[in-house]
Amino acid sequence: MYTTELGKADPSAPVSIIQEDPALLEAFEVRVAADEFIEPKDWMPEAYRKTLVRQISQHAHSEFVGMLPEGNWLTRAPSLRRKAVLLAKVQDEGGHGLYLYCAAETLGTSREEMVEALHSGKAKYSTIFNYPTLTWADIGAIGWLVDGAAIMNQVPLQRTSYGPYARAMVRVCKEESFHQRQGYEIMMAMANGTAEQKAMAQDALNRWWWPSLMMFGPPDANSPNSAQSFRWRIKRDSNDDLRQKFVDITVPQAEYLGLTVPDPALAWNEAKGGYDFGEVDWEEFYAVVRGEGPTAKERMKARRDAWNQGAWVREAADAYEAKRQARAAA
Amino acid sequence: MSPSLPIIQPEDEAKADRVQGGSYHAPEAVEWHPALFDYLLRLGDDSLILGQRLTEWCGHAPALEIDLSLANIGLDLIGQATFFLNLAGEVENAGRDGDKLAFHRDVLAFRNCLLVEQPNGDFAQTIARQFLFSTCQLALFQGLVGSNEPRIAEIAAKAVKEVRYHAELSAEWVIRLGDGTDESRQRMIDGLDWFWRFVDEMFEMDELEADLVAAGIAVDRTQLRCGFDIRVQQVLREATLPLPEYPRAIRGGRTGHHSEHLGHLLATMQFLPRTYPDAVW
Amino acid sequence: MSHDWPLWEVFIRSRGGLGHKHVGSVHAPDSELAVRHARDVYTRRLEGVSIWVVRSSDIVASDPEQAGPMFEPAESKVYRHPTFYDIPDIVKHI
Repeated sequence: MYTTELGKADPSAPVSIIQEDPALLEAFEVRVAADEFIEPKDWMPEAYRKTLVRQISQHAHSEFVGMLPEGNWLTRAPSLRRKAVLLAKVQDEGGHGLYLYCAAETLGTSREEMVEALHSGKAKYSTIFNYPTLTWADIGAIGWLVDGAAIMNQVPLQRTSYGPYARAMVRVCKEESFHQRQGYEIMMAMANGTAEQKAMAQDALNRWWWPSLMMFGPPDANSPNSAQSFRWRIKRDSNDDLRQKFVDITVPQAEYLGLTVPDPALAWNEAKGGYDFGEVDWEEFYAVVRGEGPTAKERMKARRDAWNQGAWVREAADAYEAKRQARAAA
Repeated sequence: MSPSLPIIQPEDEAKADRVQGGSYHAPEAVEWHPALFDYLLRLGDDSLILGQRLTEWCGHAPALEIDLSLANIGLDLIGQATFFLNLAGEVENAGRDGDKLAFHRDVLAFRNCLLVEQPNGDFAQTIARQFLFSTCQLALFQGLVGSNEPRIAEIAAKAVKEVRYHAELSAEWVIRLGDGTDESRQRMIDGLDWFWRFVDEMFEMDELEADLVAAGIAVDRTQLRCGFDIRVQQVLREATLPLPEYPRAIRGGRTGHHSEHLGHLLATMQFLPRTYPDAVW
Repeated sequence: MSHDWPLWEVFIRSRGGLGHKHVGSVHAPDSELAVRHARDVYTRRLEGVSIWVVRSSDIVASDPEQAGPMFEPAESKVYRHPTFYDIPDIVKHI
């Protein structure tokens, strides 16, 4: 879902100096260029494996952490139907995290390793989940904008080169269709509701618009390693292209709601057949990537607490199984 | 332990045939309105309050897989609650639907048993609550599949498969936590210990339900206790846990006298609709 | 050494008559919970009538580098493929 290459711009990230066998590398490139899928036991360059571990686990962390901002409103959903639908959505997100963690494990990492990287701050997750959900309208905005952006990233990844990742994406995309609709439906109900509801809806759009644009990652000019990711079919569209497409699709949706996109520079450009829009605050983006987002501490604390406070449960299950095997062997 | 429902008479069979055709004809329901309404609240509130408790776990469970298990159970329960409370609204016929009932009653009007409103505590306490409730609910719904009120029978028939899953999954966790580590064993003992005082209430009958049993609509809960005890003892033995010593029973939920916990739960759950009474969501 | 629960591969038969298909993996401490977790993760949309779980470490896989000797002989035996035979269109059902 969230494949912005956070950490790519990180100067302290080690540069791969492995000299790959040129014949193997060439054969690999040919396969990838021919739209073939690379499977877990196939030969792959170390840089490919490393990039994928980072990208897939980042994607998994995003789904996992992403359960929290929406989970925040589960107990307060304003109708039985909204409660059930939100619970199903958050459950889906957990499931997506699970598919992706398992896909990453095929590349030689472990769930524990990935979770520890997340908790230590070494591994990133999509910046969007570092923002707070302040009203029920935020739940609508997240479904509409955040899932909308995610869908744009994920659909092309169904043909990414690594088999387990591509198959996980196929499952994710199938399940994603209702996520955006439920969010937009919430926005419709509020935008057409009472004055207070409409104000909440506009306020939510004001706060979630720019962070959603940031989900597509830094400008192409600041993404130096993209070429290799494109060639290896790990990345399929440029950040700026996706961002433009998202704006073009979403602005009419906002207009239909009777809400105003919080961008004074937004204007239809007939010549290019799309919208011109204002400059994203990249200072804010990089600050959030660094871990300084508004709810970064809360998200990490929640994840660490759940993991640490639940350790006794995982250990108990292991102990039970060990006892059972010992009994069977006796 | 079969619940005491009356023998099916030929005219009942004809009625059952019509029901299988898919139409809801339950003329008997008319004269039972007040009692049936209350009974449906009891069934619906049990599922609603327990479902609400499970949503509190979302994103905080000991493992991602467990998060999904708890959410699954929660979703099933909220589904049951929606059916029962909507039906209650229809039966009452005073313009209230499931949402109105869920979000606009105060504590004195809620009819869930005390067990379901207890706090989550740690995972052991949550599992204890689930195991005890679902084991009881399974037997109850197996009986309600034969209810003379076809709409209840239909809900029960659909739910009974889900509830069997809830009962089995929670039993498996009782066993693993009981027979796991020293720490998990103690937590499981403490978890179950919280709930023994609330078990009797799940199997008690009052005049309202007795009348509904006589009409073939409800199930005699007292008949379910024996099977429940057998199952609980079976699981606890396998979990190497001590058998329950039931203390003095605490009750009151069926007549609106709840524990201190329900008020806080409702304050959270009902906040938005109560604050914006004219809003549609 | 990882303290993770073991990894299990999940296979689901979505309808009678079909074979089990690999859908992904789950972590679980033992085989009963593996089936439960698989059901909770992979059949949320009623996608299955039968679930198999296998410890990932128990799966024996063919070596992709041996793909040549394993599979190419089949490719060269073209007569196994129906398109090798030229049946006139007028002949139905063949």
